[in-house]
Amino acid sequence: MKKFIEIKNLNFSYEGDEGERVPVLHDINLDINKGEFVTILGRNGSGKSTLAKVINMILTPDSGELRIDGKNIAAELTDEELMAVRRRVGMVFQNPDNQLVATIVEEDIAFGPENLGIPSAEIRQRVDDALDTVGMKAFARHSPHQLSGGQKQRIAIAGIIAMLPECIIFDESTAMLDPKGRQEVMDTIEKLNREKGITIIAITHNMEEAVRGDRIVVIDGGRIVKQGTPKDVFAKPYELWELGLAVPQVTELFDMLRCLGADLPESVITEEEGAEKLARLLETK
Amino acid sequence: MLRDITLGQYFPGNSVFHRTDPRVKIVLTMLYIVAVFMADSLLSYLIMTAGTILLIAVSRIPLKTVTSGFKTILFIIIFTAVLNIFWTKGENLLFSFGIINVYAEGLIHAGKMVLRLACLLMGTSVLISYTTSPIALTDGLERLLSPLKVIKLPVHEFAMMMTIALRFIPTLIEETDKIMNAQKARGADFTEGNLLQRAKALIPILIPLFVSAFMRAGELATAMECRCYHGGEGRTRMTVLKTKPLDWILLSVFIAYGVGIILL
Ligand SMILES: Nc1ncnc2c1ncn2[C@@H]1O[C@H](COP(=O)(O)OP(=O)(O)OP(=O)(O)O)[C@@H](O)[C@H]1O
Ligand SMILES: [Mg+2]
Repeated sequence: MKKFIEIKNLNFSYEGDEGERVPVLHDINLDINKGEFVTILGRNGSGKSTLAKVINMILTPDSGELRIDGKNIAAELTDEELMAVRRRVGMVFQNPDNQLVATIVEEDIAFGPENLGIPSAEIRQRVDDALDTVGMKAFARHSPHQLSGGQKQRIAIAGIIAMLPECIIFDESTAMLDPKGRQEVMDTIEKLNREKGITIIAITHNMEEAVRGDRIVVIDGGRIVKQGTPKDVFAKPYELWELGLAVPQVTELFDMLRCLGADLPESVITEEEGAEKLARLLETK
Repeated sequence: MLRDITLGQYFPGNSVFHRTDPRVKIVLTMLYIVAVFMADSLLSYLIMTAGTILLIAVSRIPLKTVTSGFKTILFIIIFTAVLNIFWTKGENLLFSFGIINVYAEGLIHAGKMVLRLACLLMGTSVLISYTTSPIALTDGLERLLSPLKVIKLPVHEFAMMMTIALRFIPTLIEETDKIMNAQKARGADFTEGNLLQRAKALIPILIPLFVSAFMRAGELATAMECRCYHGGEGRTRMTVLKTKPLDWILLSVFIAYGVGIILL
């Protein structure tokens, strides 16, 4: 599989109040393949958002290598190259209100392509396509403040896909939404990944969302401490508890059953799977 | 209330003026203002008034909406009228009490003044406020003034600021509401006491509001950067404003109106 993002020995520090450097990311090594769906987990302040901002060059790393599609971007970049990186790697944030710029939905989606200097007719086409992808066609002429949180977040996503990115980073994009909005946004993200082959990096605190990805990367104290498929990562719940994280409720339930002596060698991460296994367990009794 | 502020006084509709290019409408308004100030003879006043009535009729804005704007400037109108009636000296003395003399010229002058103010108010609000949404107006202004970028006037930046302000007004109002309720729940009282006490009661609202507004601004700036915003340079627009024949017809009509008033 082709690598899209390659990070080697990357370090990043913020400038502290007295001008000293406060290290936040330490020696990060991470490869992300084209079309992959990666979830990043970690407790508050572990450096997830910082890593996301480094990947699309909102923040510049102190040292190390960062390659996007083979090209090292941690080197000095011209403004055009910087724009090209941000176009290819889009980012959706937590608060939908603070990402929308225009007072009309379709004008907002056009904002990114307009900045890229795309011709008018093509922008129109892209905006219509993006609205269609997120299922918000009927709201093209609405004002963002008339929409629900989930709808606003889908508009924010549409604003990014109109720039035709190859990868989108979601920084806790579902955290402020109610269950319905959360579901809408998660479905949209999965659709982008499956149907358009867009590489997804999703930062979340919600374990039920984390199991939907191909791979989980756990960060703690600015270091990558764990990586693997959701099944592997959730296989030992206490290891996650030590990192200040939770595991999906089903996983926890099955772990308890295992401790009580039930014959369940493998960890369970989705509810459907759990229900099936429980039914089988009850039958054999 | 939310609707009121972001839409300004915009009154959605489909009249000729609703469909006019916002750039052209700005030019029309300027022509109109010049014309109204040039009116001098009785005939020109008649044309001015007739033109304004026609304007309102074509815009199909309900008369009640148009005249409601009067309330805010009623005082100024009465004040100028009274000033004109009592201070103008003329030849035909109508009546006098003591030192106050009222001349026919004064009455006529006052009448003209009131008529002019009324036309000005109604005409410009029909042309701009009632038939143009603030967003279209901002957009029109940016494009109309874009030649001034050559002399380094920050036209795009100004328009961007306006757009963001319009976008965030409802959000901030909602937030003010939330903060007020939160403070009320802690026992704050915004309705009692003298002016100073009430002003003081506002501080616990303003501080959190400012803090949150700055946080929003920071996040918005990052989000805009992620969407490749880099100022107005090299930026294209999705909607292209194209003048239609209707716009040119209106422009000619307004020029004729202005010239007519000046000549007569
Ligand atoms: N602008 C900044 N200046 C200085 N330090 C910062 C800045 N932003 C973040 N930090 C610090 O960097 C560390 C990592 O922050 P980051 O926002 O990346 O964490 P996070 O994993 O995204 O946390 P959360 O789950 O709360 O979003 C924290 O210790 C934080 O205090
Ligand atoms: Mg974060």
